Formats: sequence, C-alpha cells, structure tokens
Amino acid sequence: MAFQRIKNVEIAGFAACVPSYNEENENLEIFQNRDEYQRFVEYTGVERRRKAKNGICASDLCLKSAETLISDLGWDKQDIECLVFVSHSPDYLFPATSCILQARLGLSTECMTLDISLGCSGWVYGIATIASLISVSKFKKALLLVGDTTGSRSKGDKSSYPLFGDAGSATALVHKKGAADIYTHLATDGNFYDAIMIEDGGHRSFFSADSLTYRTYEDGNVRNRLSIKMDGMTVFSFGITTVPRSVNKFLENFSLDKDEIDFFVFHQANMMINKKIQKKLGIPEEKMPSVLKNYGNTSAGSVPLTIVSELREAINNANEHELNILACGFGVGLSWGTVYFKLKNAICCELLEL
Amino acid sequence: MTIEQFSDLIYSLFEVTPSNEITPATDFKELDEWDSLLALEIIALIDEELDISLNGDDIRNVNTIEDLYLVVMKKKKGE
Repeated sequence: MAFQRIKNVEIAGFAACVPSYNEENENLEIFQNRDEYQRFVEYTGVERRRKAKNGICASDLCLKSAETLISDLGWDKQDIECLVFVSHSPDYLFPATSCILQARLGLSTECMTLDISLGCSGWVYGIATIASLISVSKFKKALLLVGDTTGSRSKGDKSSYPLFGDAGSATALVHKKGAADIYTHLATDGNFYDAIMIEDGGHRSFFSADSLTYRTYEDGNVRNRLSIKMDGMTVFSFGITTVPRSVNKFLENFSLDKDEIDFFVFHQANMMINKKIQKKLGIPEEKMPSVLKNYGNTSAGSVPLTIVSELREAINNANEHELNILACGFGVGLSWGTVYFKLKNAICCELLEL
Repeated sequence: MTIEQFSDLIYSLFEVTPSNEITPATDFKELDEWDSLLALEIIALIDEELDISLNGDDIRNVNTIEDLYLVVMKKKKGE
C-alpha cells in the first residue's frame, strides 16, 4: 500500500484566492421551482459559489495566492527551488502551466517545475509529491499551487453547474531538519475513470464539430462533450464507502489517535457525502470544517480553501502548541489520498479575491 | 433479508407515494417522486443497512425493486 512517512519537511504557510464574482444558486433557471432548489441545497449544502469570469484561470488564482504568501513569509524568491501545480484546468494542453507560473512569479531558472493532472485528491497528492521531493533533494523552499476553474460546466446540467465553484491556492513548504514527519497515503481506482470526466478535447477523443453539440441525456441533464459529466451515483457511493474505510486504514497504519487530531479537512464533495463520512468516522462536527455553503465543491482547491477560510485563526495562533491536521481528498480518477501533518509557527493569509 | 423486507426498506424513502404503489414489481424509477437525489438516498440506505456498495450502473441497469434486490443479494453473496 502506498503509505509514506516523509522526514525533514515543514509546511510554512497557506494562502487561497477565489474569484470576486459570486453566483447565487437560488437565481438559477435550471431549478424549475423553489422546492427543487431547496431539495438541491438540502442534499449538497451549496447555496452560492464563486465563478471565474473574464478569462481568469486557476493559474491566476494560484498566482495571486503565491505572491501574497511569498511576501507575508518574507521569502527570497531565489530560494524557491521547486514549484508543483496541481489542477484539471491548466492554461493550455501544453506547455505545462507550472513553467508559465515560474516565469510569472519571477522565480529563478534553477527551479524544477511539475504539473500534476488531478482534481479533488490533488492537494493531498501535491503535498505527498512535493514533500518527498524536498525530503530527498533538500530543496530550501518549495511552492505547491493547487486549484481549479470549472468553466466547462454546462448550464443545463444540475449534477455539475450548481455544485462546482472556483478557487486557487498556494502552500509553502521548507526543508527543515528534525521537522515532524508528514504521513501520507495515496490510492487509485481507474476502473471508474469515466465517473467524472470531460470526454473530448484530449488525444483519445480530439475536439471536433460534434464536441459542441448539446444533447439531453437520460438523467435529463443537457451538456456537450466539452462539459464536465458526472455520474453522481457512482461518486456518491465511492465517497461514502471507500473514503471512510481508507481513512480508518490510515489511522491504523500510523497508530494515530482520532481524539488527538484537531481538525479533519475533507474534500468538499457535497454535504450528504461529507456528513456520511463524518458519521462513519465518528468525527465531532466542530472538528470537520466546511465551506460548501458559500463556495461549493471547488475540486482541487477545496482542501486548501477550507484550511484558509475556516482554520486561519487556529493556524496563526498555533505557536506554543502544535496543530494536528488530517486532510483527505477524493474524487475524479477515481483517486484519493490522506495526509497528516503538524503545524507550528505556520502562517495563513487572509482569503484573497481576484 | 426477504424481498418483502427489502421492498419495505425502499418504500421507507418515499414520502408521498402510497404504500400500495410500491411492491417488488414496481418500476420505481417511473414513480412521480423518483429523482436523482432519491437514488443517492437508496445507495446510502443500502450501504447503511446491508453494507453493500451500489454504483451508478447498478441503479441504471434495473427497473423494478425486485431487480435491485437481486443485484444487492448477488453482491452480498460475492463478498
């Protein structure tokens, strides 16, 4: 099993940025009446979301997060030797967005950059990857930029349009001898690769004129082959069964006591899934923060957004006592991962807007 | 679990449909009350009560409550 115990790496800070444009689900024409809207909110918890407009990309939200975090940390950009960008909404098919971000941030050319193509599990995979690189290569400082803009939602698809929101983030990590170990577990089940996907525009199925044709599917949703399609039932089932099982295995493997964990930050899938996970794992509500109501499911950005939006004060006050955090991302791939880390003297910037 | 008990279990999720409209032979996806969110409730209930994980195809490929019962029982045996 893909468990890791990563040594000599510390998380130094967090920042997140959302688009300034807010969209209220209540006003969407997709809901035929008030009842239908209320039923949607009852299940998903999502009342409003931020939406990237005017060409804002995930990379832009990450860039603003990174600039603010670097400045608040007082970092010298020349010390940043590694940049990892995790997203399902890159700027282009190629080149890698991380290369573009290296230049836009004005980082040294002696900086390795890497794109990782993942969504909901992305921040956890990103932490595991970048922390391993830092641990082995002794990079002084590194940046993990994670986020998504889900502009490819069809307005006629209730399973995606009112659920997904946009966010970007930056997490700063440093090599530090003797830092508390970071524990990770990563997993995959590609049998369900089509549970959440965009069908056309890649190399398996190139963009064609037909990609633009809107069709009504058997679930009543209207979309084309460039829209996000989601099999809500399969994702739901995966979320309520595989995720709690995986977290329990994680706790057991690393002999962690649930009571000693201060916060459990889960990917913000939808309220029904997250409540089930909470119940199965027996986590007190106050230890499991949520941003679903105001930001929806922000894909790769959801874990860092939840940390910045909900745990800022706790992080900035964790000077004398360490803060123990478990984070778990799960979704598109299907891909899932869990990470456990301790925070002491880390900084958390105020939630930013662009 | 018998088919009747299973049928009662599924019926417990319906709020307005009269009980005589829900039998093992009912094509539950044709009921007025059926929607994609109720499908999630069925998946959650079967996970909770029977510890069986149903995916989207399991729901899409069946019509009646009896069909669903057979899928669940097959999964239960295959454990």
